[in-house]
Amino acid sequence: MSIGPERYDRNFDTMTRAQQAKLASSRVAVLGLGGLGGGVGEMLARTGVGHLTLIDGDLFEASNLNRQLFCTEDLLGTSKALAAEKRIRAVNSTVQVTAKAQYAGSANLYDMIKESHLVVDCLDSIHARFMLQEAAQKAQIPLVAGAIAGVTGQVTVIFPEDKGYELIYGKKEHLPAKGIESRTGNISYCALLVASIQASESIKVLLGRGEILRNKLLIMELWSNSFEVMDLV
Amino acid sequence: MAKIKIAIKLFVTLAPYLPENADNYEVEEGTTVETLIKNLKIPSDAVKLIFVNGRKQDETCVLKPGDRLGLFPPVGGG
Repeated sequence: MSIGPERYDRNFDTMTRAQQAKLASSRVAVLGLGGLGGGVGEMLARTGVGHLTLIDGDLFEASNLNRQLFCTEDLLGTSKALAAEKRIRAVNSTVQVTAKAQYAGSANLYDMIKESHLVVDCLDSIHARFMLQEAAQKAQIPLVAGAIAGVTGQVTVIFPEDKGYELIYGKKEHLPAKGIESRTGNISYCALLVASIQASESIKVLLGRGEILRNKLLIMELWSNSFEVMDLV
Repeated sequence: MAKIKIAIKLFVTLAPYLPENADNYEVEEGTTVETLIKNLKIPSDAVKLIFVNGRKQDETCVLKPGDRLGLFPPVGGG
C-alpha cells in the first residue's frame, strides 16, 4: 500500500512544511543501538529524518530485554544494527537507512559519520564517547549526547568548537571506563526519557529552532522528580 | 568562626552520604566544596561534577550562605 504525505499529518503545525522537508533531507548517525539508540532511531524515523546511519557492533542478549526497543526474544544473539535497520524500514520506508554492524573505534569512526549533518551519542563507554566527540569535531558536525544510570539521566549538545565531554567527565587521561551504571543498571523508562530528549535536541539542531542544551547539561533523577538545566561554562 | 547554611543534593551512588538537614546544612564560613566532600566522608574520586546554584564549579569553590550544592558521580550508560 502506498502511503502519501498524510504520514506526517500529525507533525503539523508543530512543524512547518518547510521544516518537514528540511528533515527529509537531513542525515543523522546514531552510535549505539541499546536503550538510548533504539528510542532515538525510532523517534527520528517517525518524525521524518530522511537518512539514518545506525551503528552498533553488538548482538542482543537477554539483559537487553528490560529496555532496548529493538530487542525481542526471537532476536537474542543477532545483530542490533540489522534489527534496527529492519524495524526502521518497517516503520518508515521513506527513510534511507544504512546499518553498520561494527564497533566504533578511533580508526573507523570518522568515516562512519562524516557524511552526516549530526551525530547522536548513545554509547555505553566513556572512552568511546571521547573518541566520538573527536570524530564529530573532525567532521565539523554537532553531537547530541545522552547518558543514563539507573533512573538518572543527562543530555547535552556539543558543537565542534566546544570543550564538550571534558566539562562533564574531566580530562580523558583520568577516566573510568564505565560510569556508575555498572552498579545501578539502566531502567527502561529512564532510557526512553533521555532518548526522547536526545531526539528533541537533534530535531532542534537540524532545524535551528528552539533553545539548545549547548554548554548546558540537563540532569534528571526520577525518584525525586528532579529536572534541572545546569550551566557547564 | 561564623556558621552559614547551604542546601546539599547528592545524586545516585552519592546519596548514602547525604547528611541530616541537607536542605539547611550548617557549615563554617569559608568552607570549600573540597572540605565539605571530605567532611561528609565522600570518596573524592566518586564526585565527577560539582554544581553550585546550577553552575559548574571546581572543588576550590568557597560556599556562601544559601548556596545550593549538587554533587554527581560519572554517568555514562547508553
